[in-house]
Parts: sequence; structure tokens; C-alpha cells
Amino acid sequence: MAGTGQTPSRQGAGRGDQIVTALLFTAAAVSVLCVAAIFGFLVYFSLPLLGGDQLGMVLSWHWRPTSGQFGILPMVVGSLLLGSTAMLLAYPLGVLVCCFAHGLGPARLAAPLMAVIRLMTSVPTVVYGLVSVFLLVPLIRDGFSGSGFSWLAALLVLALLVLPTIVLVLDSQLRLVGPPLRLTAAALGLTRAQELLHLTLPLSARGLKAAAVLGFGRAVGDTLIPLMLAGNAAQVPHSLLSALRTLTAHIALVVATDSQSAAYNSLFACGVILFLITLAVNLGLRRIRSENGPAGLRGGGHA
Amino acid sequence: MHKVRTGLILSMLTLALVVCAGLAQASDLGVFAGKSGKIDIAGGTAHIPVMKEAAKRIMQTSPAIRITVAGGGSGVGVQKVGEGLVDIGNTGRALSPAEIAKYGLKSFAFAIDGVAVVVHPKNSVANLTHAQVQDIFAGKITNWKAVGGHDAAIHLYTRDEASGTREVFWGIMLKKGKIAESANVVASNGAMKTALAGDADGIGYVSIGHIDATIKAPTLDGVVPDQDNAKSGKYPVTRKLYMNAKGEPKGLVADFIAYIQSPEGAQITSASGYIPTR
Repeated sequence: MAGTGQTPSRQGAGRGDQIVTALLFTAAAVSVLCVAAIFGFLVYFSLPLLGGDQLGMVLSWHWRPTSGQFGILPMVVGSLLLGSTAMLLAYPLGVLVCCFAHGLGPARLAAPLMAVIRLMTSVPTVVYGLVSVFLLVPLIRDGFSGSGFSWLAALLVLALLVLPTIVLVLDSQLRLVGPPLRLTAAALGLTRAQELLHLTLPLSARGLKAAAVLGFGRAVGDTLIPLMLAGNAAQVPHSLLSALRTLTAHIALVVATDSQSAAYNSLFACGVILFLITLAVNLGLRRIRSENGPAGLRGGGHA
Repeated sequence: MHKVRTGLILSMLTLALVVCAGLAQASDLGVFAGKSGKIDIAGGTAHIPVMKEAAKRIMQTSPAIRITVAGGGSGVGVQKVGEGLVDIGNTGRALSPAEIAKYGLKSFAFAIDGVAVVVHPKNSVANLTHAQVQDIFAGKITNWKAVGGHDAAIHLYTRDEASGTREVFWGIMLKKGKIAESANVVASNGAMKTALAGDADGIGYVSIGHIDATIKAPTLDGVVPDQDNAKSGKYPVTRKLYMNAKGEPKGLVADFIAYIQSPEGAQITSASGYIPTR
């Protein structure tokens, strides 16, 4: 009945739809092509390194450009250590903050808390870095040992930096999943806390994973915090108090060198590895998701 | 009536002063009169105060000329001028043969800059020998007690490989010797100063022009690292600051380079804490 009345407008919408679809397809294609092109160029520029004996030179443990050693493995380890420890701290904290705002804490504190978290996203990285150089670094230097510019300093500030990303991604998922469940949960006599722990959170697996991927990407990709706080020594750190250098900070430090040098060329390998790390984390978590089946509202939670 | 005359005299005096000032500057700035155009400069961060002051003076006398000054470091300077993105690329080091071959660059030195070992102002060590500095940076001496200071571990600070300051320090002071891998790496002279001003057990090195009350420069084998000693050669750890152009500079760019190397340019250079080469 409704179908007959809508036929002409549907045809009109069909043409409009086609244009919209074409536009959206173009937008999607351009984005994908850009990413592919960046990766392609990175590989292209690192080709001179990948051929011959230079690959072994880059994938070694010592960065001593003056004596012809361009090993970037300490930086790979540095990036992974710093990124994962920052996430180890920030992720549980982020999930807890979200739970607090979604029913575990007093309701009147939820809005101010989220407002503060949103405000945190607008603090420029360099401000965190600068403040930490004068507050956190001396604290670590005096409280423990070493120069204070360390893995620990960078990981604490980096955790603070990725916290809002984790909270906001998870928050948007909880907002989506939560309300339709509320009536059912209330009918079952569940408290807000029980509803959150037993229904909303398990149904928000997608958000939990997205928060982890985006948070880790942000942590591994950040340049300024490790550059300003981690000490940048090209070594594998032997404790939380020793200095480390991440791939991002390494690129920032070396990019100003003689562009004809092997040191400069090795940066493209760093770029490729950074790209691969985030890609691996992304794909890895995507796999976990498909193994568990689609979680969320669409499957009604039992898919 | 009386007031009007005083006003008149005052304004004439002011005018005379302005004219005098104008004439005094006209000597080296004269070539820019009536010219117009744009000069883009990028590269070494040590050069920036000199470039900015020169640019200001030129643009004040000849408003039709626009000069932009950016940093980026020596490597960026070479790259940008080589690719034709800027007119002058500054470096705090001589160009490598590969760079000259690839881009066909011409270098113009205008200043000498010394590089000195610096420590926290409260550090009691007043003098270090050349050998001690080498051992400290190689990681062989790890406690200040070994060089007559307090009993505390030495915190090493160095610069990244793109730094012209590091290059001269490593080449002349350390005789191309080892720098311990555990040394903290900072990205600029300013960051080095900030780090050492806060770390009582730290040691690093900066361009002499950057030394002020927030850090202390111990003497090297009894020689005070300052401009006079650097100029006379008594203090050996020095480098030159260069402007680089692609090919033989022409027009405004040639005028600008000549101005930096003129007596007035030399005066700007020494006011910025460096030693003019002329």
C-alpha cells in the first residue's frame, strides 16, 4: 500500500542515491588510495636499503651513524615497550573511568567527569611535554635515580595522553548500546552497576576493541612526548628509569641530517615498520572480533 | 607662541636625528634602496638571530622587500635550498661533497661559533681536561667524584646527528671518539640548556652564544670558553656558520649575503653572540 505511493519518489531518490553512492565511493577510494600510496612510497624509498647487505645493517642493535651502523632495532623495541606499557596503564584506567561515568559512580559526577575528559583531548601534546619537563622529570630524578628523562616519564604522560581517546571511543559505544537495554534491565531488577557489568560492557566488545586499537595507535604514533621526555638514547632500556628512543622520535631527530646519507635513508625503513606495527595491531584485533562473531546490538547479543 | 616655537625646534631636532640615523645605516643598507622582491631563508637554528636582525633592518629601509626566516636545522637548510624551496639555506657545518655534487651549492661563511661543555650552575667542577671530557662522554668516567666534584652519577646529554653543534663537538673535542649510547639526546641548543639548568648532575654542550646564568661552562684545560678565546684560537672547539645558495647568487640574494658579510652585518653577528669571520 505504501509502496505504490512511494514509487515515483523512490525513482527520483534512486538517481540521487546513485550520485551519492558515487560520491561516497570516490571519497572512500581516495582515502584508501592515499594510504596505499603512502605505504607504496615508503617501501619505494626504503628499497635501496632492502636490497643487498644493507637490510641486515638496518635490522641490527646499534645506531652509530658515524661508524656506519644504522641499526633501528633498539627504536623498534622502544616504540613497542613504551606504547604497550602506556596502554597497560591507560586502558584499564580508561575502562574504569567509563564505568564510573556509566553507572558505577554517582550520576551527578558523570557529566563533569566526561567534560574534563573531553577537555583533555584539546590539550596540545607539546603542553603535556613542556609541563612534564619541569614537573615530572625532576620528580623522577629526585625520587628515584638517573636523569629523569626516562621510559617511566614518557609512559606516564603518554598514558594521560591516550586516556581520553580510550574513554571517548568506549563512551560512544556505551551510549549506543546502553539505552535500549535499560528498560529490560530494569524489568529484570538489575541495578545500574549490574546492568553495566553483565549486559552493556559485554555487548560493547566492538567499542572495547576499537578503543584499544585507537589508543595503541595514538600511543605508538605520538612523537613529541617521547622526544621531550624519554631521553632518546638509542638503546634498549634496562629499567623503567633508563632512557629509550621510539621510532617516531628517531625519525624526528634524524630527519634533519644530510639527506644524501645512509642514516637518512634508514628512516624510510622506520616508517615502514611503524606502519606495519599499527597495521598488525589493527588486523590482530579484527581477527579476534571475527572469531567471537559480531558483537553489539545487531545480533541481539547472542550471535 | 613660545610653545609653538619649542614644538617646532623639537620636531626639527627629531627629524635631524631620524635623518642622521638613516645616513648612518645607509652605508651598507644602501644597495637595497628602491629594490623590491622576496628572500626566503631556512636551515641552521644558530643563524636565526643574525638573519632576523638583518631582515628587520633591510625591511625597515626598503618596505618593498620581504624576507622570511625559518629554522629546521642544517640538514633542512641544505635540502630546501637544493630543491629550490628557499633562496638561502643555512648550515652550521661545511657541506658534504655529496651535497655539493647533488645540488651545486655555493657556501658563504660569515661567523665563527665555539662549542663549550656545560654543567649545572651549582656543580663545583671548575675545570675539565680534554681527556676527562672524552672519558666522560665515552662513559668511562661515570661519577663526578672522579673529576673533583660531588659524589653523584654523571648524567650525559648529547645532541642528535643532524646537529652542527654535535658535529664540531664530536669532531674536535672528542676527536671523533665514542659517545655512550646511554646518553640522553636532546633536539636543540635551547633544549640542552633547559635540561642542564634542571639537572644538577648533568653534563652537555652548547654553542658559546647560548651560555648564560642558567648553566655553567667549566674551563677546558684552563681556557675559558668565550668569544675572545675562540677568535684568538686559544679555545679550539669552534665551527663556522654558513649561508648556502644554489649556484652563484644573483640580485637580492647576492645583496643579502654581501650585507651579512659587510661591517654592519659583522656588528649584528657579534651582537648575536658569534664572532664575525671578517
